[in-house]
Amino acid sequence: MTLDSSASKKEARQGRGWLGILIVVGLIAFAAALGVTALLVNIFQRQQEARNPFMRVVEVTNETVDPAIWGMNFPMQYDQYKRTVDMERTRFGGSEALPHMPDADDPRDTVAGSKIERNPRLKRMWAGYSFAIDYREKRGHAYMLEDQSFTKRQQVQQYGNCMNCHASMFAVYNSLGNGDMQAGFEKVNTMTYQEARKLVEHPVSCLDCHDPDTMELRISRPAFKTGIRALKASQGIDDYDVDTMATRQEMRAFICAQCHVEYYFAPDESRRLTFPWYKGTRGDDIMAYYDEIGFTDWTQADTGAAMLKAQHPEFETWSQGTHAAAGVACADCHMPYMRKGALKISDHHVRSPMLNINNACQGCHRAPEEELRERVERIQDRSEEMVGQALDGLMEYIDSILAAKEAGVDEAILEEAYKCQRAATFLIDFVEAENSQGFHAPQESARILFRAMDYLRKGNVLLGRQTTAAALPEPKPAPAAEESVEDVEAAPELT
Amino acid sequence: MAKDSQNGRSGLVLFILLFLGTAGGLLGGVGCYTFLYAKGISYLGDAPETCANCHVMQEYLDAWIKSSHKHVAVCNDCHTPHNFFGKYLVKATNGFHHSLAFTTGWFPDNIQIRASNQRVTEGACRHCHGDIVTQIDCFGHGPQALDCLRCHDTVGHLK
Repeated sequence: MTLDSSASKKEARQGRGWLGILIVVGLIAFAAALGVTALLVNIFQRQQEARNPFMRVVEVTNETVDPAIWGMNFPMQYDQYKRTVDMERTRFGGSEALPHMPDADDPRDTVAGSKIERNPRLKRMWAGYSFAIDYREKRGHAYMLEDQSFTKRQQVQQYGNCMNCHASMFAVYNSLGNGDMQAGFEKVNTMTYQEARKLVEHPVSCLDCHDPDTMELRISRPAFKTGIRALKASQGIDDYDVDTMATRQEMRAFICAQCHVEYYFAPDESRRLTFPWYKGTRGDDIMAYYDEIGFTDWTQADTGAAMLKAQHPEFETWSQGTHAAAGVACADCHMPYMRKGALKISDHHVRSPMLNINNACQGCHRAPEEELRERVERIQDRSEEMVGQALDGLMEYIDSILAAKEAGVDEAILEEAYKCQRAATFLIDFVEAENSQGFHAPQESARILFRAMDYLRKGNVLLGRQTTAAALPEPKPAPAAEESVEDVEAAPELT
Repeated sequence: MAKDSQNGRSGLVLFILLFLGTAGGLLGGVGCYTFLYAKGISYLGDAPETCANCHVMQEYLDAWIKSSHKHVAVCNDCHTPHNFFGKYLVKATNGFHHSLAFTTGWFPDNIQIRASNQRVTEGACRHCHGDIVTQIDCFGHGPQALDCLRCHDTVGHLK
């Protein structure tokens, strides 16, 4: 009996042992089958993705302004597009979300950093102009309309032409002009800002860059068509039509160049937004054109000189650089190709390449990310140093003019001196306001700054400013260089 | 009583064997199907099209077709060591890493070669061109000092 019961106990224990093994093996097989099936589905999904680039689920037309509708057909591009709300700094630019107390004039709870508070020399450079009131770091495309609507520059009456670049305008131009974009464009130019603002709802949207039927890139801003025709004419190409003559790769830059450029508003009643490329796109070419037509943006408050404001000549600067020469367009770095599953799309999260070095740079440059970042920042460091020195020179020059006026210098000489202030300011601004801190074309930016310094030098000579050695501050000898200075001084005694 | 428990025990064993057989069979079946569906067998050979089974590699295959080495070398000639065990060890480890990376999506879009694979490639250059580079190496530039691809980056595939 006792033997029997212990045997049955043993059997029961053995039975439980087998059951444990069964459960463990079952669980392992369960997990493995789960994993393998998931892998199978993943492989299947990737293979399907590679077959179907996109699925058209809704009809989009030239009236479909809302990007969310296009997003149903192109969910991945739309997701990326929406990410332009991100606020992220690079070392030299971009936006940090700074808290802002909403008030009646400005309901925003975040704003970007103020460039004129950080660099008060800019405020003085633009004294008397609206940019001295409010000038901030740029945020992503998602904020283009909002930030424009609530900038304090609105204290000065602005016009409808601002909307050309701060809103989705394709459908608006078309409907106002009954299909004639140029006519619609002309109408918006003459509106007040408030009138034009009522016509728009979205910042740049899909139909501003893409044809809804073919998804081909297309030009949607009449000002660019006119501008590029003038530029090509200056290069000896007559009757250039961007719609039929531009290559796909050129379009990948021209699309951006509809807004990221230097521009002015015609001073007559048309107030037409115009790109000043009739003599070329370099800073001094543009200035020469402005001088020829006698254009002036504002009168500088300190000196009374007739001034020019440079806007943000990204396209012009890029076109002078090594990337443009190599056929690399804006989209190659700012909207680089990216992989989504098995699909390859261009990244619609338009941003600084410094936030995306692998996709933006490493497709061409086979160097480690850190090395590439250092290369870019080295260029930007030098540009910042040059711009800083040029601005210091400009501040001193404004003082020189004021001193000369005080001393009663001849009006004819002052007139010439104002021209130097105007030229130097425009050229410094041309580099400062450009969104790359000198990276788009380092040597061209340096050349422009050098020309600016040359205008300041000429102006100082005109005004008879003391520039002899006696007037210069004592040079500070560098610690390492002290010995060699002594050596040089000691040398004559030895001989 | 003893007979009963004997019967119960053999019944349990039978059940377990049945279960193990079913579980193993199911897992084996799904596994084999997945392996075949993913063209698993092709990975054991040398055909360059195999590397483009994974769509991520398509551009590299396209570029190789246009490269100067197309007529003399396939992917494995440059990307695996020139001995049997080294070759299949590298194939296995890279196969594992690539599957993991491409399934999870955790890899940079512009693919970066890992240091160990770079050494394999450097060795492959020297396997064929050793006679020429000995004359460079004898000036004190060993395989560590000079990287063939730093200058000759277009020979295989420039994406």
